[in-house]
Amino acid sequence: MNTYAWRKLSKQLTMITIAICGLAVFVPLALIFFYLLSNGIENLSWNFLINLPKPPGEAGSGMLHAIVGTICLVFISAVLAIPWGLLTGIYLAEFRKSKLQSSVRMMIDLLNGTPSIVLGIFAYTICVKPFKTFSALAGDIALAIVILPIIVKSVEEILRLIPEDIRHAGLALGVSRWKVILFLVVWGSRKNLLPGILLALARSAGETAPLLFTAFGSMYLSFHLANPIASLPVEIYNYAISPYDEWHQLAWTGSLVLIMLVFILNIFSKILVFGLGGKMAQRA
Amino acid sequence: MLQLVSNNPEFHISDKRFYRLAQGVGWSVVILFGALILSLIFSSQESIVKFGIGFLWDTSWDPIEEYYGALTFAYGTLITSILALAISAPPCIALALFTTEICHQKFRGILAFLIEMLAAIPSIIYGTWALFILAPLVREVIFPICNKCLPAWGIVQGPSFGLGILTSSLILAIMVSPIIATICIEVFKAVPVNQRYAALALDATRWEMFKIALLKPGAKGILGGMILGLGRALGETMAVAMVIGNAPEISASLFGPGATMASVIANEYAEAVDDLHLSSLNYVALILFLITFLVNILAKKIVKRASGMAKQ
Repeated sequence: MNTYAWRKLSKQLTMITIAICGLAVFVPLALIFFYLLSNGIENLSWNFLINLPKPPGEAGSGMLHAIVGTICLVFISAVLAIPWGLLTGIYLAEFRKSKLQSSVRMMIDLLNGTPSIVLGIFAYTICVKPFKTFSALAGDIALAIVILPIIVKSVEEILRLIPEDIRHAGLALGVSRWKVILFLVVWGSRKNLLPGILLALARSAGETAPLLFTAFGSMYLSFHLANPIASLPVEIYNYAISPYDEWHQLAWTGSLVLIMLVFILNIFSKILVFGLGGKMAQRA
Repeated sequence: MLQLVSNNPEFHISDKRFYRLAQGVGWSVVILFGALILSLIFSSQESIVKFGIGFLWDTSWDPIEEYYGALTFAYGTLITSILALAISAPPCIALALFTTEICHQKFRGILAFLIEMLAAIPSIIYGTWALFILAPLVREVIFPICNKCLPAWGIVQGPSFGLGILTSSLILAIMVSPIIATICIEVFKAVPVNQRYAALALDATRWEMFKIALLKPGAKGILGGMILGLGRALGETMAVAMVIGNAPEISASLFGPGATMASVIANEYAEAVDDLHLSSLNYVALILFLITFLVNILAKKIVKRASGMAKQ
């Protein structure tokens, strides 16, 4: 075989190998979806969504408490983190450069890379240990710190894309500076800010590690901030590592519900970014 | 960038107030970060005083004798993370090449979307899947094959229950793949088109062009992406805690059980009643925090320098 033919053949072979290796990354994704659907769907019924858990052996066990708990946790952590993250993002994007600004940016980056379980320990130390009880509030604090850097980064990124002319236009009309920032720049870009916030909420809905010893989990419906509260991820964990087959089934179904929740938030944020037409191809 | 707000004395009082408010918020982040570090140090004080820096290379973890050391967990964390990177990097680089160079432009958006989906799956779902599907697969399929093929290396010993270091590394490899793939795609995109044409003009085949024009100049960026992935793998808790077997021992076998720093915290923290136990777990968390801290700073530096170089 001459060199040219050999090189041509080897080129084609390597292209095919690269394609196969690259697409292999998505095999686990497909497998996870396949097993989630095939194992989770049989138990997914109305009962699962509206019943409380029952002892192993009894039929009709559900996860209402965990679903409600997750929604409460996500909501309250969002209430804590969104104003804070929004203001920090504004501070990073709109303000004069200073030492404080660059160190805040660095700390947000480092917080983003900190393992969530360490943030859980922080919440435990400041909120569980002094009050000597696991509480929903501690879980909220942990989740708020987990999602804070995500919100800040997306807000800063979006605000930096707003053209200078908008600010000049506001100032030229005699609007005071803080009103220009809040009502023109931020309020005007609310539709672009929302996707990043939704992604942060999706992240907090799926976090498990910081909740293990802060919100802890419970078997009942609970709405009180000072009491332990159940959450879907922690319940899935408890069911999955239990010895009962029935509970394993519940873990699968819980996983299916959780991933639907997370993906609805994700897809919703995609729709906000690209519109319903699905102009996906434009991004890459 | 127009910097609207500053401490200019000519500004209206409301602007100055807003300036102060935002500055206060900036300080609050600094305070939060400081409080995080201080609370970790203070809550692990008892353990730091008792075991000192020797905690890092002590292998015993004995809540009954009240004697603690973190080496077992540090070993577990490092070995699972590094194995995960080794498994994950080649297909991710291939995926990045495929996305930026080979596939039709139409599909790039879909591939990017799939990568985002991989990143969006919560770690507890990876864990559940690994526990029920991947672990039996390792036990029934991968272990017998490895047992037959690589008996002499000492990395396959004893029976396999499916839960162990290799299973954790596999699930971690899946979980870090979106990070590595995303960074690699960015690195390859940053390479100027002319560089590709130059290589092709010299009669390089496409694969040779990849090597000359993309992989070699992008090596640092790829490394940076891998280190970012390492940061994620080091701190990953739930998926690993579910499949590593949670035995505080150092086993040379890939199929043996182990424990990582994050997994021991997840398993023991809620049940630790004893003060020294709790503060030792906090000490482990402090070490984990410092390691991810350093890894993240390193990764940032490398990625920044690499992307700066590619743009020039």
